[in-house]
Amino acid sequence: MSRSANRSGDGVRRAIETYFRLAPVTVPIYAVLTAVVVGSVVILAAGSNPIDAYAALFRGSFGSGAAVAKTMARSTPFIIASLAVAFGFKAGLFNIGAQGQLLMGALAAAWVGTWGWVAGVPSVIAIPMVLLAGLVGGLLYGGIPGVLKARTGAHEVIVTIMLNAIAARMAEWLINSRRPRILLDVTASVPHTTPIDAAARLPKLIPGTPLHVGFILAVLLCVVVWFVLQRTTVGFEIRTVGANPHAATYAGMSVSRTIILVLALSGALAGIAGAAEVAGGTTGYLTAGQFRNVGFDSIAIALLARANPFAVIPAAVLWGALLTGAGTMQLQAGVSSDLVFVVQALVILFVAADAIVRWVFRVRRPRDIDVTQDGAFAKGWGA
Amino acid sequence: MSEATDAPRVLEARGISKRFPGVLANDKVGLVVHKGEIVCLLGENGAGKSTLMNVVYGLYHPDEGELLVNGKRVVFTSSADAIRAGIGMVHQHFQLVPVLTVAENVVLGHEIRKGPFLDLARARREVAALSKEYGLAVDPDARVEELSVGAQQRVELIKALYRNADILILDEPTAVLTPAEVDHFFGVVRSLVEAGKSVVFITHKLREVLAVADTVTVLRGGKVVGTADPKTATEESLASLMVGRDVVFEVPKGPAHPGHVILSVRELHVADDRGVPTVDGVHLEVRAGEILGVAGVEGNGQRELVEAVAGMRPPVRGHIQIEGHDIGGWSPRRVTQLGVGHVPEDRAKHGLVGTFSVADNLMLNRYNRRPFSRRLVFERAFIRDNAQRGVKEFDIRTPSVDTPAGSLSGGNQQKVVVARELSGDVKLLVVAQPTRGLDVGSVEFIHTQIIQLRDGGAAVLLVSAELDEILALSDRIAVIYRGRVAAVVPRPEATREGCGLLMAGAGEQAPAAPT
Repeated sequence: MSRSANRSGDGVRRAIETYFRLAPVTVPIYAVLTAVVVGSVVILAAGSNPIDAYAALFRGSFGSGAAVAKTMARSTPFIIASLAVAFGFKAGLFNIGAQGQLLMGALAAAWVGTWGWVAGVPSVIAIPMVLLAGLVGGLLYGGIPGVLKARTGAHEVIVTIMLNAIAARMAEWLINSRRPRILLDVTASVPHTTPIDAAARLPKLIPGTPLHVGFILAVLLCVVVWFVLQRTTVGFEIRTVGANPHAATYAGMSVSRTIILVLALSGALAGIAGAAEVAGGTTGYLTAGQFRNVGFDSIAIALLARANPFAVIPAAVLWGALLTGAGTMQLQAGVSSDLVFVVQALVILFVAADAIVRWVFRVRRPRDIDVTQDGAFAKGWGA
Repeated sequence: MSEATDAPRVLEARGISKRFPGVLANDKVGLVVHKGEIVCLLGENGAGKSTLMNVVYGLYHPDEGELLVNGKRVVFTSSADAIRAGIGMVHQHFQLVPVLTVAENVVLGHEIRKGPFLDLARARREVAALSKEYGLAVDPDARVEELSVGAQQRVELIKALYRNADILILDEPTAVLTPAEVDHFFGVVRSLVEAGKSVVFITHKLREVLAVADTVTVLRGGKVVGTADPKTATEESLASLMVGRDVVFEVPKGPAHPGHVILSVRELHVADDRGVPTVDGVHLEVRAGEILGVAGVEGNGQRELVEAVAGMRPPVRGHIQIEGHDIGGWSPRRVTQLGVGHVPEDRAKHGLVGTFSVADNLMLNRYNRRPFSRRLVFERAFIRDNAQRGVKEFDIRTPSVDTPAGSLSGGNQQKVVVARELSGDVKLLVVAQPTRGLDVGSVEFIHTQIIQLRDGGAAVLLVSAELDEILALSDRIAVIYRGRVAAVVPRPEATREGCGLLMAGAGEQAPAAPT
């Protein structure tokens, strides 16, 4: 690795580590509350009643069985993709590339799902085939920044940002191209891929709602990731590399191998998120703009969940609920559905700038006993 | 010092108490500093020395008590107030900007301006004048990152003097210096005092206290447990005051019974991170049941030698054999599996994962082996038992085995590393700076453990910058200078002075002057 790349990598790692050390569970909760309060000021300024707006938002997302099912369906890709990002955080890696890996997984799934022989096999084979395709697509696409970082020191943040752009353009071409036709369904009025075979579609959890088996899969993946991280030697290596790569080397672990493994597996998770959406969605096909910001929002969700594999579930459900209830809010309270993006942005803001939240709610920083060791020294001479 | 008591009191702390959550770091502590006096503040890690000094320097606000400077009551709300009152502090970790020059660092925050521009020429002149006045030799135009640690410390002193400090607080100033630099540093401190400054010197090294102090104040557990006159005090009396019980200095050690060669290093060349060859043809042999001490000023290739033996740094050339295996190019894991324990010199960087529990840290080198894990999955009951055993056997003071290792005191952190590396079937132990920054009690404990391991038939390669430690533990002493072994001396023939000369390069054909 080149020295400079190594140093900037340490910086990112330190920043991530400091954030998680300093933010106890209470901070994300307060951050959400603060965002809601500041959001109501925005609603007031727009001339509406915030209580009506939030009530409508809540009705739209949790007000009925159907609403809850919709919210959970909407949350499913966020759970899996933010789990992917959180997994990277554990090794001190900032996988900005979930968006690209998710698209690659979705493309692979949309392609494999239309293979002729898939139509001939039962669902127990066809569904895993499609999910596996998504996994492999994401794994390979996540492996690229992993290998580049391990071999050359290229920073994963830069590489994955660029790979996201490549994936977005590639998806547009693969889906929209008529000559040559690649994945396009030529009968479609709006360009999308050929729907995958019925045998490969994920069954609905509750018939008549969009909620599909993918939600169960997402929760299971959270359990698996937690188990791998906390109870296995591989997870121990990942956490050690994340917490102190020097100690990992000293203990005989291979830091570069772990980096490749984590980014590839993080990509695989994101790929599954994409595949599950294609296979579980009501249409069974993929449009170029389908995932808009899912991969990017997942970074925010992973931060809100403080990279805890279980906390990503409520954090992602919050995200899904905001998006699901937005329409009802607009219809019933007359507040633009874009307000939910303001609230989402405020949540991110207050999670990132946790000092504000701490100040407002008087949350004590943990481990402030021995300030001499680092904090106070920073003052030193000066002003 | 009798004449000092007639001098005016420049600094007085009365009944200072400072409480942190769960800890009473200072409990009604008093301290008096007279003009022209060197006061040593002695105490183990965690005794409250640094807390007291941070109160004096305005970084902490005391819960109780008052501060007097030149007889007047003062209340500091920040270090800026303390600086204005004439107090300067040199921290253990320097507060310098590496890419700036000496002069730029000194004026930083108090820049001399000529119109809107920085008047660096005047800054340079003032730095040169200060450096001449107090014998603090530094080049005002040198970039700080290019300076030796000793020179950086002189820059810190100049910085304090430039801000017109009359009372200088020096926090563990000698921890980073070589023996020769320490002597020079004491000279500087004396010249400061002769020029009318007063010095508070924080340390836990008894030899230094006796060498330089006018009075000694001993802290233990946040309280002043006594003051002593260094003219009448002995190292033993100070140590027992500091620790609260009698301390054995020389850990009792029987004669060595060397067996077969376990570690053999031949014509070894190793490069550092920048590719500069720092180990330049080292020959060494360590036998079962003996301790080979490697003495030398830091930066003469010890770190790279240790890392090469531990498998962490591939040699450029040469051979390292452990129990007959040529380990050139082996991974640290393969080396560990030969029965090699390695206590690294930087426990925070290499030896521990601070955010992990004590239990996890105690299995860091064996986590992937049975019975710690089976088929990738951890055996949590065994890990817990192993941790509780380690905590008990190595007297690790921790609230529980689930406590993050980074929250323990330095001595207990080091005991975690030592417990891990000395457990199991250790044939070769490689230890670097095993007691750096530790209090007397922990030093004694760790030394005893190393000797016990030797008596059990293990070979020990001990690297330390503390000559006293090398002399206390080693059966043979190899002095390393500029990447080569200048001489190997059997312990009975070794003297402090002789080793010191070899460390400074006296064994070379053309001796180079030490810095």
